[in-house]
Amino acid sequence: MSLKQFLQRLLLALPTLFGVSLVVFFLMRVVPGDPIAMMTPPGATEADVAQLRALYGLDKPIITQYVIWLGALFQGDLGTSISLRQDVFSLILERMPATLELAFLSTMIAIALCLILSLAGAYFRDRIIPRAVDAIASTAQAVPDFLWGLIFILLLGVAWPLFPISGRINPRLDHDLVSQFYLFESLIKLDFSLALELLRHLLLPAIALALPMTGIVTRLLKVSLEETWKQDYITMARARGFSRWYILRKEALRNALIPTVTLGGVQLTFLLGGTVLIEKLFSYPGIGNMAIGAVIQRDLPLIQGLILTFAVMFIVINLLIDLSYSWLNPRMRHG
Amino acid sequence: MADATAHYPSPWRDAGLVTGSLIVISFFAIAILAHWISPHDPLEQDLISNLLPPFWVDQHDPAFLLGTDSLGRDLLSRVIHGARIALTVAVLAAGFAAVLGTVMGLIAGFYGGWIDSFISRLVDIWMSFPAVLLSIVLVAVLGTGLHSVVIAIGIIDWTRFCRVIRAETKVQREQDYVAAGRALGLTGPAIILKEILPNLLPVLMTLFCLEMGIAVVVEAILSFVGLSLSSDAPTWGGLIEEGRQYVHEAWWVMLIPMLCILTLVIALNACGEGIRRVYDPVMHK
Repeated sequence: MSLKQFLQRLLLALPTLFGVSLVVFFLMRVVPGDPIAMMTPPGATEADVAQLRALYGLDKPIITQYVIWLGALFQGDLGTSISLRQDVFSLILERMPATLELAFLSTMIAIALCLILSLAGAYFRDRIIPRAVDAIASTAQAVPDFLWGLIFILLLGVAWPLFPISGRINPRLDHDLVSQFYLFESLIKLDFSLALELLRHLLLPAIALALPMTGIVTRLLKVSLEETWKQDYITMARARGFSRWYILRKEALRNALIPTVTLGGVQLTFLLGGTVLIEKLFSYPGIGNMAIGAVIQRDLPLIQGLILTFAVMFIVINLLIDLSYSWLNPRMRHG
Repeated sequence: MADATAHYPSPWRDAGLVTGSLIVISFFAIAILAHWISPHDPLEQDLISNLLPPFWVDQHDPAFLLGTDSLGRDLLSRVIHGARIALTVAVLAAGFAAVLGTVMGLIAGFYGGWIDSFISRLVDIWMSFPAVLLSIVLVAVLGTGLHSVVIAIGIIDWTRFCRVIRAETKVQREQDYVAAGRALGLTGPAIILKEILPNLLPVLMTLFCLEMGIAVVVEAILSFVGLSLSSDAPTWGGLIEEGRQYVHEAWWVMLIPMLCILTLVIALNACGEGIRRVYDPVMHK
């Protein structure tokens, strides 16, 4: 993809974002329940309520509210959280790295498992391994991430307590991390004992998130590899005497990956959506956990900010998927 | 030519289908008979005997077979009444999704053209949203409670039915019997309802079973995060939420509802897959 094409794609994302902002804003205005009524103490006078309403701009007509909101949005101002009484933008910025680290690790685990399982399933021609791969993949897919999380908590957190089951880091641990990207920072600083401690907290939620995606993608990739195996150029390579492993890795995998990447992209957005629940389950301090709190508290500015954040992340993922197509399939580079 | 039904293997010989159905039927029986078979009132608190372990652990109390939660409420009774809520949501939500999705799928598949493109595009957009996130947002908009959970699941998951029904309808539309129906002067809706729909019943039943499994999990998720019923109501997700807080002292509070969900979901999937194995003509080739 040339730079020009890349910029075009980037521009195309803008109307999507605008649409999302419109939907989010108006959706949140039809929510039942008055956030102002919830944040005022009992015995507050009418004047107090009106003053608060004016403070949050809730007394103006809805279109005006949207324009004000959108204008502020362009300046990185997402408003003030009603329940946490803090700037929404900085709240999200503070929590986001935790979610990104979780989603990143989870994606890496999913990709590694998919490659290992599907390559093993396609490489071995006996009766046991391909069937075992199918069984593992369909089990991984059939059980949702929520239940995987519960199973891991009970098995590896309680019955056999190998891993901590809540939080991101041991709160009693002293550390001098300056950024919110704990894991990346500790790795850059070569503080491996700290990185290990962080990984111990991350591993269970990351695997729970990764498994359903692993199941679906592995099934497709294995079938896709088997299909590719029937192609003429593979027969050609086999006739020339290359080993099965070499052909699988160097010749078949790249073509087989093309249909997989589409599915993988969709699954990646689902994985990101799944962080909401998994973070709650593992008391992990990311934006997903915050989103649930915001919904329960009816914290409109925070909910809006979070949905927009998720929308931006989905758009970025789709952009990356588009980019990976042209890397995988040279024919699409000059499309 | 042999009897048409001879092409189908007997459903009784399909181990997965038989086991799955038996488990699902038992859950339904438990849910329906909840008031009569639960040993205690699910809301009755007994603070002296809180967090009692289940029968296979030492120091259990025979009066509370599966132990008690932090307020001393009988877990067995709460799980039994939880089955009632879970299955109510499962049937209503899957029914809602099925009706909505089937109508849209039949229209798109039978008529084709712009309406097909429109519905298909809608399905694509719909399915690109992460379901968990969407359901939480929807419940936030609709307000908490069982009806919102049912509506949210229906609104999100109609696409699962629509996609499959649309594809199947497209296949059926080209069959001779549809042409015969047209020749007899039947109108479009009559052909759809009287001729095509009955042929889609096995597919619908499969999808319905799978959707019930999804609905059970989504209901558990929403009550786990506190967006379904109040925490007093004995939902499986609510029990898991409570168990999560005391998981180190009383792991059973979380384990028992989790096993219920897992068993029911696996059984529903087995039913769905079983129906597909027995009745789907494509798979017999």
